[in-house]
Amino acid sequence: MAAADVDKLHVELVAADRTVWSGEAAMVIARTTEGDVGVLRGHAPMLSLLSQAVVEIQVADTDDVVIAAVSGGFISVANDRVSVLSETVDLGEDIHVDAVLAELEEAKHLLDSNDEAEQRVRHAEARLRAAERVS
Amino acid sequence: MAVSLREYRARIKSTESMKKITRAMELIAASRIIKAQQRAAAAAPYARELTRAVSAVATFSNVDHPLTREEENPKRAAVLIITSDRGLAGAYSSSVIKEAERLSERLRDEGKEIDYFLAGRKAEAYFKFRSRDFVASWTGFSDQPTYDKAAEIGEALISAFLKEQGEEGDVDEVHVVYTRFRSMLTQEPTAVRLLPLEVVEGEETPDEGELLPLYEFEPSAEQVLDGLLPQYVQSRIFFCLLQAAASELAARQKAMKSATDNAEELIKKFTRIANQARQAGITQEISEIVGGVNALADAQAAAD
Repeated sequence: MAAADVDKLHVELVAADRTVWSGEAAMVIARTTEGDVGVLRGHAPMLSLLSQAVVEIQVADTDDVVIAAVSGGFISVANDRVSVLSETVDLGEDIHVDAVLAELEEAKHLLDSNDEAEQRVRHAEARLRAAERVS
Repeated sequence: MAVSLREYRARIKSTESMKKITRAMELIAASRIIKAQQRAAAAAPYARELTRAVSAVATFSNVDHPLTREEENPKRAAVLIITSDRGLAGAYSSSVIKEAERLSERLRDEGKEIDYFLAGRKAEAYFKFRSRDFVASWTGFSDQPTYDKAAEIGEALISAFLKEQGEEGDVDEVHVVYTRFRSMLTQEPTAVRLLPLEVVEGEETPDEGELLPLYEFEPSAEQVLDGLLPQYVQSRIFFCLLQAAASELAARQKAMKSATDNAEELIKKFTRIANQARQAGITQEISEIVGGVNALADAQAAAD
C-alpha cells in the first residue's frame, strides 16, 4: 500500500461547492446510518452513508479537533484516504447558534405539517451540537 | 451644413458614452469569469469523489436502480434548458435554445412527447412569448448558481423520472441542454442525456494506484447506491449550471468587446464625416466670399 510508511490519514471534508477542510489527521469520527464509526490508519476500505450529525477530525500531531456538521452524504475510506462528502458542511466555529436556534424553532413548528421539517430539525440539531462542541 | 455638423457631434458623443458602458460591462464580465472558473474548480473535488464512489459501487454490485433503469418503451422525455437571465451576451441564449429545438425535433421523430424544464429568464421569455407550455422554471441565478438551486432542479427532475409510466407528469428520460465552457473563446451548446444514468465503465484506464479497492458497504450496496445516485444527479446538474455560468460570462465579454470595437469604428467614421462637413462648410463660405468680392469687383469695373 502506498501509504504504508505514513502513519496518518489523509482527510478531505468536501461540500458540494467547496473543499471545507483537507489535511492529515489521526482519527476521524463520524456517525453513519448504522452508528458511530471511528476511522484510524489502516482501516478497511469502506463506503458508508452518513446521517445528519457531527463529524470529528482529530488533526495529526496536534490536539486540534475539527468539528463539522454534515447534512447526510457519505464517507469513503480507502488506502488511508478518507473523504467525507456532504451537500452542506458547516464547520463548528462558523455556526451561528442564534440563527440555528431560530431555524430549529421554526422547523419544529412545521413538524406536523410536512416531511421536510424533520430533516431540517435534525440538520439544525446537528449544527447545534457541532457549535456546542467547539465552544 | 452647420446643423448636420452639430448632429454628427451629438452622435459621436452618444456613441462614446455607449462605448464606455459596453467597455465597463466587458470588464465586469471578464472579472466574473475568473470567479466562475474558481467556483467550478471548487466544486470539482465533490464531483470527482462522488463519481469515484458511484463507480466503486457500480463495480462491486449489480447496478439495478430505478435511476439507471431504461424504460422499455419511452414515451415522454424531459428537457432541461439552461440559459441566462439577462441578455447582452451575443448569441448565447439563442444558440442554447436552438440546440434544444434540434434535440426536441430528434426526440419527436422518435415518437416521444416532451416536457420542458427551464432555467434562466431568457428561456422562460422564449416559451411565454410563443405561449408554449413548460412544466417548471427557475430563474435569478444564471451567473452564479448555488448548489441549492441545482438540488431543487434535480429533485424536480428525479421525481418526474421516478413516476410510473402513465402517471401524471411522468417522464422516461431526462435531457439537459447547456453551454459547455471549452475556453474563453469557444463555448458550445451541448445536449446530454442525464437520466437514466449510464454507468460508464471508466472513460480512461485508471492508473496503477487508482484501482478501486474492495469496499465494504454500509448498510448495504443497494442502500448506498440509493443515497449516492440522487446526489450524483444533482452534482451533474450543478456542474452543468456552473459551466453555463462561465460560458454566459465569456459570451457576454465577447459580445461586449465587439460592441466596444464597433463603437470605436463608428466614432472614427462619424469624426471623418463631421470633419468633412466642417470642411465643406468652410469651403462654401470662402467661395461665397470670393464670389461676393468678384461680383463687387465686376460691378466696380462696369461703373468705371
